[in-house]
Amino acid sequence: MLTELRMLKNINVPGLAGIDVYERVGGYRAMRKALLDMQDDAILHELEDSGLRGRGGAGFSMGKKASFIPKGAMDKYLCCNADESEPGTFKDRLLMQKNPHLLIEGIIIAAKAAGANKAFIYIRGEYELQASILEKAVDEAYAKGYLGENVIDSGCDVDLVVHRGAGAYICGEESALLDSLEGKRGNPRLKPPFPANQGLYQGPTLINNVETLCNVPDIIWRGAEWFKEVGTEKSTGTKLVSVSGNVRRPGNYEIELGMTSADIVYGLAGGPPEGRSVKCWFPGGSSAPVLLEEDLELPYDFESMAQAGSMLGSGAIIVIDDSVPIMEVALSVARFYRHESCGKCTPCREGTNWTVKMLERMDRGDATPMDLEIAAQVQSNIIGNCLCVLGDAMAMPIGSLIEKFRPEFERHMEEARRRNGIDLNGLEPATLASDDHSGPMPTILESRATAGHVIAVTPDSEPIA
Amino acid sequence: MTPEGGYGEGGSAGQDAPQTGMPDDQRAPEGAPRAETLPDRDPGTVGTTSSDVAHVGAAAPPAVPESEQPVTSAGERHDLPPHIEHPEKARGWDEAVDLEKDPAVIPDLAETHVPDELRETIERAMARYPDRRSAVMPALHAAQAVHGWCSPEALHQVAAVMRVTPAYLSMIASFYDQFNEEYVGRHHVYVCTSVACMPKQPRRVLDALKREAEAEALEDTEIRSFECLGACDMAPMASIDGRYVGPLEPGDANEIVESIRSGRTPLPGRGLGDPDYRLPWGGRA
Repeated sequence: MLTELRMLKNINVPGLAGIDVYERVGGYRAMRKALLDMQDDAILHELEDSGLRGRGGAGFSMGKKASFIPKGAMDKYLCCNADESEPGTFKDRLLMQKNPHLLIEGIIIAAKAAGANKAFIYIRGEYELQASILEKAVDEAYAKGYLGENVIDSGCDVDLVVHRGAGAYICGEESALLDSLEGKRGNPRLKPPFPANQGLYQGPTLINNVETLCNVPDIIWRGAEWFKEVGTEKSTGTKLVSVSGNVRRPGNYEIELGMTSADIVYGLAGGPPEGRSVKCWFPGGSSAPVLLEEDLELPYDFESMAQAGSMLGSGAIIVIDDSVPIMEVALSVARFYRHESCGKCTPCREGTNWTVKMLERMDRGDATPMDLEIAAQVQSNIIGNCLCVLGDAMAMPIGSLIEKFRPEFERHMEEARRRNGIDLNGLEPATLASDDHSGPMPTILESRATAGHVIAVTPDSEPIA
Repeated sequence: MTPEGGYGEGGSAGQDAPQTGMPDDQRAPEGAPRAETLPDRDPGTVGTTSSDVAHVGAAAPPAVPESEQPVTSAGERHDLPPHIEHPEKARGWDEAVDLEKDPAVIPDLAETHVPDELRETIERAMARYPDRRSAVMPALHAAQAVHGWCSPEALHQVAAVMRVTPAYLSMIASFYDQFNEEYVGRHHVYVCTSVACMPKQPRRVLDALKREAEAEALEDTEIRSFECLGACDMAPMASIDGRYVGPLEPGDANEIVESIRSGRTPLPGRGLGDPDYRLPWGGRA
């Protein structure tokens, strides 16, 4: 258990968003140390040694990522990904609103380590309050000479621009973010080349999440060893988790990685309301496959979540209690990704759309168990088949919901069918066919519209109608 | 025949030349359909005479004259099953493109009236980036703040200052949720209905707001559900002209509608960033 807060230690100090208060609590000393006393390699080494992993979702080693940036004189860029749009995630909002200078200090240090002299904060358009706070903080830092040319006489130039997005979830994907920043539609790029080689304006670009960069000043000031004191061997340091959904105390909590999940959901966030129990929970935002109540025994770190078939992602825990129909959860997730798919790759564009349509049909009772199979199959056809992982981000939770709550889906379909008096034209209703899932998946040779149904035709059978 | 001999010799050699000129192992098997497909792009046909071309053309199935091809009128579409509705169809989906229209060019700044403040904001934004096109989003944000939406006039003004075509700006504006190419109102009320808010039943709040706005005949206001606003701790919550308020009850709808109408700040003390804002359980956000 974490004995004292690290990143959130000073978060409620009044006026922390101002540069004077921030400096009074020890701000910008890590920047001085890094810029005046440390070589670029030493900074990179310290970051890599700390084991700091990206806090945006992928969990890749931050120091390693920074060391991929080629050396030499060329235009290099640093982008801070503040397009926090993953449903359930609101940790970066807190950091930018309350402690913007911590982020700016982290950016200056990381920019120096990567050799970048132009940095951008891509903040989502809805965060108007946070964007204006950041802009004010950036102005203060310029006025103090912490940004601009020859920062504190170190010979380092760092320019920082706050760039507001405009409501596109996909721009949180790093290559889409770069396209958006270049003034294009936010479509993901084919990788490789990776941004570290060819990113913004074709130059080498380091992209990091807000929370990742906010960890940098303390690692430089106190050292990698201090950072590694908490956490597990492979998931070092502390993590901000955003707990939301059916809990009594929703909010941001700083935890030591490796803490038991139940201690977060029940201990910190108070668990579900009186008389309710946890039905399922998303351990890392809405794109993480759901876990069940018994999985709350697992330690909350990158490895354990991956072993359980899910992911730590952005550290957003969404708790769903037994009052919420699982169909509503699935529809809510699928609709989000349908809305946010950029439309570039077919499996994602069509797959998200069809998933919503199938779920809506099931919700009306206008579906058979085969639709559930097809819906699950659509998910597996999306995963890994697109330029970015937005489609996967829908397919993984929907797939896991169907897998873990199949009886409830079937019950829901059957109840809705009876309630709405839907005649399935002789198709088997949900409850009858649910026993046998062992047969081969029907291959759809053709589908045709009849009386509002899409009827599947399998290779060796009469049309099921 | 030497390989060279096969090329450009004219006459009937045209079709056979590539075959003859190739090493044996690269030849197409006997009977492979080649006459119809090869000659057009193959170097072997460089010297073919017009009679050869005519022969090849005759081998291909006769093309249907354009006048006889089926025409799909705007009224009858065959690409969509009739029962599939498109509640969220793309803008302009059903509108025919006017091919007679001249393409819009970059408007001349000297002939375009642009409010000074807007022009300066855009020029400042352009100066901040290595590539001026990076400033399209700040520019559109600024133009939308002035005009209330990304109207054709707003796009025209931005295009003139940024030296891009209006079509380029339209391409950007149509991609991002927060840019409106159709007028939806000066005020924007977004209620988050995403999965993390959903357990707190934000639809009830949204419905109450819509009902109340209709009953009170509130004008010039867009009220809609929104995909995750990143304030799941405040659920159910709404963004009212950019200010986050929550948690909300359906009973708050009246106060919100009234304050939008009278230009007051809705629900003082219950907005994120308000001094001493606390979540109901006492936590800070």
